Amino acid sequence: MKVRGRNIFLIPYMLWIIIFVISPILLVVYYSFLDLDGNFTLSNYQTFFTPVYLKMTLNSFWYAFLITAFSLLIAYPTAYLLTKTKYKQLWLLLIILPSWINLLLKAYAFLGIFGTYGFANAMLEVFGIGKKQILFTDFSFIFVSVYIFIPFMILPIFNAIDKLNPSLIDASRDLGSSAWMTFRRVVFPLTIDGVKSGCQVVFIPALSLFMLTRLIAGNRVITLGTAVEQHFLVTQNWGMGATIAVFLIIIMVLIMFLTGNRKRGVL
Amino acid sequence: MRKLVNAFLAIFVISFLLILLVNYLNKSEGYSGGNTITVYNWGDYIDPELLDRFEEETGMKVIYETFDSNEAMMTKIQQGGTFYDVAVPSEYAIEKMKEEGQLLKVDHSKIPNLKNIDERFLDLPFDPGNEYSVPYFWGTVGIVYNPKLLDGMEFHSWNDLWNEELKNEILLVDGAREVIGFGLNSLHYSLNETDNDKLQEAKEKLVALQPNIKAIVGDEIKMLMVNEEASVGVVWSGDAADMMWENENLDYVVPEEGSNLWFDNMVIPKTAKNVEGAHKFINFMLDAEVAAQNTDYVGYSTPNREAMKLLPEETISDERFYPSPELTERLEVYENLGKKMLAYYNDLYLEFKMHRK
Repeated sequence: MKVRGRNIFLIPYMLWIIIFVISPILLVVYYSFLDLDGNFTLSNYQTFFTPVYLKMTLNSFWYAFLITAFSLLIAYPTAYLLTKTKYKQLWLLLIILPSWINLLLKAYAFLGIFGTYGFANAMLEVFGIGKKQILFTDFSFIFVSVYIFIPFMILPIFNAIDKLNPSLIDASRDLGSSAWMTFRRVVFPLTIDGVKSGCQVVFIPALSLFMLTRLIAGNRVITLGTAVEQHFLVTQNWGMGATIAVFLIIIMVLIMFLTGNRKRGVL
Repeated sequence: MRKLVNAFLAIFVISFLLILLVNYLNKSEGYSGGNTITVYNWGDYIDPELLDRFEEETGMKVIYETFDSNEAMMTKIQQGGTFYDVAVPSEYAIEKMKEEGQLLKVDHSKIPNLKNIDERFLDLPFDPGNEYSVPYFWGTVGIVYNPKLLDGMEFHSWNDLWNEELKNEILLVDGAREVIGFGLNSLHYSLNETDNDKLQEAKEKLVALQPNIKAIVGDEIKMLMVNEEASVGVVWSGDAADMMWENENLDYVVPEEGSNLWFDNMVIPKTAKNVEGAHKFINFMLDAEVAAQNTDYVGYSTPNREAMKLLPEETISDERFYPSPELTERLEVYENLGKKMLAYYNDLYLEFKMHRK
């Protein structure tokens, strides 16, 4: 009796999962086997393994990797310093605040800032470097992406560092290890989970970015996300779009698996 | 738990009250069944004053919504759940919607103002006899450029874009048919080419253009050209008119090899709720005076002969927007090439985009 009662509470949850998680994925897989006329085919998968799409996949990976790496590089020290400040919740709030603003608005703002007559170029002129093309370059694309993703990287790392017991650091220093050694052997391994989840939340969406590739990179950077958008909205070749989506899902599952928290022995 | 339940209840009650309020407001403003007409149009593509005037004249209320691509519009209408009474697709989209049975026939007896339209824009291949659509605006694809930034350089041909001096200066509008189209045009091929070799040749030629291309963008192209972020752009004529209105340095040309001629027509989707009102609206927009005012506001070329008589001489004699008969002969309308060919165009376009300088 009791068990059945509990199962009833599970129903809304199961329904949710079936309707909003499982069935969309099945639909995507189903569409990936359809050609333009709606016939069953494997040709979409063949197309995916042509140089165009493989190169695009590599591109997406490379840019997503760069975005994640730079985000991490900036986020870790920031999160670390944040935990040392007096009003850390306030500082954290200030860092998260920009993520409340719509992404498109921020992208448009950067169009103005990075433009030929924008703020960034005005500053370069002041320092005597002269005007440079900033907009529509790899630099601007990675800069803006990092800017957008950084709150998502800081949060988990901040939480991990904040939870770290300070006496462990004291102990390490008492036992004679240098500050660097303490960081490498104590602080970093103990906060690696935060780093992992931070990397996941940044890398996975970065892989399928599409609005920024047009607005900030002027389609000079083509990622899988761009191709999915084009296939669904312009070509209406849903099959090919779905095939790319299937690969994105597979890649993401792999990444989750590889960076997942498996039980390990003593570090 | 109790707090949570209370919070949820509060949200429900508030939402319910808001729905009642919206209903009440709609009724008090006259937005009730049978008395409204929903218009689905491109962004910034009508003089808003005209909507007010239509409401005053007919006592109907207009609900106005906008889209930014034919594909997005078609998807939305196809999926159902929408009640658009009038939509404004381009010619190839009309052909497709017609094939898929998404349009209602237009009753010509209810649109007496149809006589105002120039015969040149009636009975075109995409809709013989104008059974399903009525002309709204038309235009071309061409080159907008900024002589001030280019030391007075002028453009006459698509091939002028391949000039080495234009390194990193060109903006393209992000459309497969437009970009592949001007590649084909520059080789004196048809815009509706389906021959594989010729298409490949056009793609190779476009790849050679890559060093000159600064970016491939969407609607932002207007802002970027107006701000003189780049000196050359490949755009639709109406966008060019907008840009030239905001930045007087800009000029527009339809290249001599020919280009695309496109039409946006008004249609009545199958999902329409107020077919009577839709006809009234279409007839209203074809009125000479209304069309003239609208043309003045929007900046695209009007197919309305009577309206042209009311427009200032400088507008209608401007060959950049009302091309001469000889040039018009070299303009081509996009044909519906079928899904397979369109997909092939898009693949070529994607390959072109993948090439980096």
